[in-house]
Amino acid sequence: MSQPSVSAAPGETIAVNLQVNGTSHSLEVDPRRSLADVIREDVGLTGTHLGCEHGVCGACTVLADGEPSRACLMLAVQADGVEITTIEGLATDAGMHPVQQAMHDAMSFQCAFCSPGFLMSTVALLRDNPEPTEAEIREELSGNLCRCTGYQSIVDGVETAVQLMGGKSS
Amino acid sequence: MKNPPFHYHRPATLDEALALLAEFGDDGKILAGGQSLLPVMALRLGPPAHVIDIGTLEELKSIEVSDTAVTIGAMVRHAEAEHSAEVAEYTPLVAAALPHVGHRAIRNRGTVVGSIAHADSAAEMPAVCLATSATMHLASAEGTRNVAAPDFFQGFFTTAIEPNEILTGVSFPAWGPTTSGTVVEVSRRHGDYAMCGVACALDVADNVINGAALAFFSVASTPVRIAEAENVLLGQAPSEATYQAAADVVTDTLEPEGDIHATAAYRLHLAGVLTRRGLAEAHDRIGVPA
Repeated sequence: MSQPSVSAAPGETIAVNLQVNGTSHSLEVDPRRSLADVIREDVGLTGTHLGCEHGVCGACTVLADGEPSRACLMLAVQADGVEITTIEGLATDAGMHPVQQAMHDAMSFQCAFCSPGFLMSTVALLRDNPEPTEAEIREELSGNLCRCTGYQSIVDGVETAVQLMGGKSS
Repeated sequence: MKNPPFHYHRPATLDEALALLAEFGDDGKILAGGQSLLPVMALRLGPPAHVIDIGTLEELKSIEVSDTAVTIGAMVRHAEAEHSAEVAEYTPLVAAALPHVGHRAIRNRGTVVGSIAHADSAAEMPAVCLATSATMHLASAEGTRNVAAPDFFQGFFTTAIEPNEILTGVSFPAWGPTTSGTVVEVSRRHGDYAMCGVACALDVADNVINGAALAFFSVASTPVRIAEAENVLLGQAPSEATYQAAADVVTDTLEPEGDIHATAAYRLHLAGVLTRRGLAEAHDRIGVPA
């Protein structure tokens, strides 16, 4: 399937169809803008946090076609047609996502600036590996930085989520 | 940390991409997974005037296996190669290296070939290319050419890629059952760039080492392969003493520089330790299904 070629000079915009949490958004986007900025400013979902804006901290992690990705290291134009899930896509009317509930219960959130990224990474981790060891949890979350907790309460929260979601405690 | 303005191009075919590069030359930059280019642009370190996004080019998205090689196309993401049964079976050193590359979220977007084209001397994949004697496939509007790994890496972030060329794929020789390899490294935090690391390979049959490769990263401006240390291993039986002999040559040969992360002496010490550790691990992986 070959798509037509696209070109835009500085300042010009490109039509992008963003799928965010199951809702389609037809937007005109300056190609230099990151997916994170467009999610926050154009789509209006500010749960995706921007820390470093160059791929180091992981706060802006979203799921792109189900896989954790840095929203600051994707241009919005690269996300055309990609299914994006943000932190706002986790909870339902019935309540918080079990990972949110578990990490809340385990006091994994302190200032909580990093939490959206940790939650999205953890949701993907437990989907692919429902019973991770502590070492696997630390390895898989190594791309997310937290400056408050020292990580122990976050690891506890993931282990609580494992129990809550039916896996065994590690 | 916002990207500077640039002229964005998303060509529909490789030929269109090559035509754009022919037009813009040094002012053009290829965007694949973006996990190296976009941080560089966010930090405004020499932003390109023209960004050519090859992300939708289907012809660059495959992993092809022949009798002699596994060829990874320019839009194959690290995570795809990491989960590829063919990569694990035929080029186990590549498979061993991939979990060390960045973090999960980076590997989901970044490409194997992009990491090679970026040529960070502290990165794993360029060293793996050297250790496996990989072949780089370059294309321009004028045609195609192949470059061997030792001729490809020329300095810090500097490769044999000409301004009008795209690195369209990299071929790693397909290994038989007597050969395997691994990557071992020491970094402050898993996923960070290593203070020192080595990609190593061993070919062992009837308890005799018939082939060996040692390619170090994060020790110089390019990955460094040390033939003298490899030669020490040839014809020997795999043993701690043999590995130590190779490690001694390594520490006599390398001249790493110190920086904020590690002193030169510490890097050199790591190189010796990692030589022994890596060779033992490579030997253990021979004949073991990945």
